[in-house]
Amino acid sequence: MTVYLDIVASGVLTGLVYGLMALGLSVIFGVVRVVNFAHGELTVAAMYMAWVMAGSLGVDPILTLPLIAAALFAIGYALQRHLVEPFIGRPEHEQFMLLLAVSIIVLNGLLLVFGPDARHVAVDYAYDSFELGPMLLDTVRVYAAAAAMVLALGLYLFFRFTDLGTAIRACADNLLGAQVVGLDVRRLYALTFGLGCALVGASGTLMVLMRDATPILAVQLTLLAFIVVIIGGLGSMAGALVGGVLIGVSEALAGFLLMPSLKSLFSYGLLILVLLLRPEGLMGRRA
Amino acid sequence: MTARNLLLGLLAVLIAAPAVIGAYPLAVLILVLHYAYLGIAWNVMMGFAGLLSLGHALYVGLGAYVAAALYASFGLPALLGAIPAAIVATLAGLGIGALGFRFRVNGVYFALLTIAFAEFTRILFDHMGWTGGSSGFFLPVEHGQLNPIALRGPPVLFYYVALVMTAGAFVLARSLMRSRLGYAWLAIREDPDSAAASGVDVFRARMAAVAVSSALTSLGGVFYAFYYNNMYPEQIFSMARSIEIILAPIIGGLGTLFGPVLGSFVLTLLGEGTTGLLEHFGWAAPGAKQVIYGLALLVIVMVQPAGLWPWLAKRLRIGRDG
Repeated sequence: MTVYLDIVASGVLTGLVYGLMALGLSVIFGVVRVVNFAHGELTVAAMYMAWVMAGSLGVDPILTLPLIAAALFAIGYALQRHLVEPFIGRPEHEQFMLLLAVSIIVLNGLLLVFGPDARHVAVDYAYDSFELGPMLLDTVRVYAAAAAMVLALGLYLFFRFTDLGTAIRACADNLLGAQVVGLDVRRLYALTFGLGCALVGASGTLMVLMRDATPILAVQLTLLAFIVVIIGGLGSMAGALVGGVLIGVSEALAGFLLMPSLKSLFSYGLLILVLLLRPEGLMGRRA
Repeated sequence: MTARNLLLGLLAVLIAAPAVIGAYPLAVLILVLHYAYLGIAWNVMMGFAGLLSLGHALYVGLGAYVAAALYASFGLPALLGAIPAAIVATLAGLGIGALGFRFRVNGVYFALLTIAFAEFTRILFDHMGWTGGSSGFFLPVEHGQLNPIALRGPPVLFYYVALVMTAGAFVLARSLMRSRLGYAWLAIREDPDSAAASGVDVFRARMAAVAVSSALTSLGGVFYAFYYNNMYPEQIFSMARSIEIILAPIIGGLGTLFGPVLGSFVLTLLGEGTTGLLEHFGWAAPGAKQVIYGLALLVIVMVQPAGLWPWLAKRLRIGRDG
């Protein structure tokens, strides 16, 4: 029976990192109203950054996290400013194709630079574990999940208590009103896109502790982020984390009870169900 | 110049081409025609009816597996096997469409739904023993065979089959576009609510678009199976394949007749050119071709979102015919 406890616990910890990644997608969609189809690709790019730094400098990915998050923030900011901004207000499918193009370029650029092989980051504590009552928790997952929780909390405080965070929320709630009171919406959109990508950078760095980096992971992660966001619900930050945990646990259980290769079958099945049962898309708000 | 003359000229050149070109250019032209065909098929859904499908690899894969399995097990010739292949793919398409439309899954969410079904099926086939699972399914090849009904023969046979398929799909798309159904699709694409208010049966018209598109796409899959003689779920059902299918029509021009054909020419030549150039310098770079495709898509979406064909047609003074 304890084996189930271990699996559920490991699923919860992994799920928190999924949740952090999905939070990035949720923030971008919630404010800028653009579906970032390159989400998984950017996550994998962050994983490779962590791998390069761990390999060449021998630095623990958790320590390079702020650096990678900052790099992704810059990428996201530039992406919004130079590519996405002209597409605000254009038909949904054109925005989608723009980000599809970005995802194709990032994915295959990674393939071109790093090749198709899986890249593994080794840390000293890779095989350590904590004992918690009858449960055994992987040290790696505990650290990653703790970091994800801290970042999510920081994001919550940012949106709740800072002027900038309030301004960004204003753009999401009432765009016209935000413009009327003189907010620089274009800058705020770019900051939001950057912020969403910084979350991607952070979650990618944490994810590389648990999974090897490989270009083909990108598509899976993009879809995973969508699944989590759609299940967890937009606008609710806790929702993304809860959705992440739900997916993390169900994947862990499916991987244990069925075949590991079948676990994504489960996620896609879940995505189909959720899409059908939530007809208005993310949390009943019309996209 | 009229669209008609341009079309007939292009057709004449393509019919004569195998007489003068070598094996490699012929293989490239087969690819061009194959993706032009699939592009026309996809365009019926997205370009005509405004339904964004990112899971067309599903219909390619189903068509390929059904026809190949029937040939390998019962010796059913490809041209006959194409019928059950198309039926299976159309039923799958109608199933997805019915669910999506009844539950009002629109726009990008519909695209996600199609991806989810294609990926779901990919993993199913990966674990399905009797079609070889993830290690693939292969068709027996005998050299020196020529049997057009079974699609067994040299590359030049496949070239003409691809040409006939593309020309046929083009003519079909053209007549659909000008039919009552075609105008219904156009109305739905522009504004589904207004279309419904004007008495268009939106659900049925959308289902018709899915049926036409998935059936045509599955025939492309039958062609794929017999041309390449091998199929792996990981490749044939992959998201990358679905994306490859949609690039030509987007770049050439959504909702136009010539768009997918022009887009396929431009993209395939660009892709093959890049790969050839890199290999010439001794760099076999996986992903290079796709980076070029991505850049081409980026440039088109940013600069000419209506696609290359409308722009070119204006330069050539061709009317709205294309």
